[in-house]
Amino acid sequence: MACTRNEVRVMIKSDEDILAARQEGRELAVRLDFGPSELAVIATSISELARNLLLYAKNGCIVCWAIESEPKTGIVIQATDEGPGISDVEAALRDGYSTSGGLGLGLPGVRRMMDEFAIVSHKGRGTTVTTIKWKE
Amino acid sequence: MQVPILKQGPYLIASVQAALKDADLTGLRDALTEQVGTYRSRGVIVDVTALDVLDSFACRTLSDIASMIRLRGAQTVIVGIQPEVAFSMVQLGLKLEGVATALDLEEGLEYMKRRTKRIQNGLYEK
Repeated sequence: MACTRNEVRVMIKSDEDILAARQEGRELAVRLDFGPSELAVIATSISELARNLLLYAKNGCIVCWAIESEPKTGIVIQATDEGPGISDVEAALRDGYSTSGGLGLGLPGVRRMMDEFAIVSHKGRGTTVTTIKWKE
Repeated sequence: MQVPILKQGPYLIASVQAALKDADLTGLRDALTEQVGTYRSRGVIVDVTALDVLDSFACRTLSDIASMIRLRGAQTVIVGIQPEVAFSMVQLGLKLEGVATALDLEEGLEYMKRRTKRIQNGLYEK
């Protein structure tokens, strides 16, 4: 996929990359004219998804891009890894469920914050989480 | 980016200036826990006005700071959580329960004065 003005792509290999993904994603959302609350929600979601990549798959990729669906404009945030996959997706979407000793709020929290949320996971092959926030 | 910690009378004030990496946050936690002993501080104020995100890791670290400072015999107050940050925290399910918060640095200092005075009085009464 070509890197255009309306797409950002950040490889996540360390906690510094989480920060970079969050900032670049947020800047894209600023260019798309999202409001302050939406910006905070978008940045927080990127942060949680990127941290999950590090925590469970050691590395992965965050891609954000603009989406048009007349009359709406939105931002897609996609987190992809080639990690072990999630063995119980339903459990992973429950508040307080964690296999890492974390708070277990990441995925269910992101689902609550964003407007659309999809997760595809194959055991041993990785996970892709795709979320969309539409502009109000 | 390291967070500067200022000593102001019996309090330590940590002003977060820019977005922090995870390692900066845990560094801040360790520095505050240490310095509260070095300076025999009664309270710690963490100012997060400049932050546009407080994710689950940041909240957990702030909560750890408050617990560790309490175990060291001092108080903690978090000040300056912006409205949109509060909004996304609540959406995410992060309530920072059990951690004192105040609107801004001024309110945080007021809170500390009240809080540490009460503790001093309590000690005298015994």
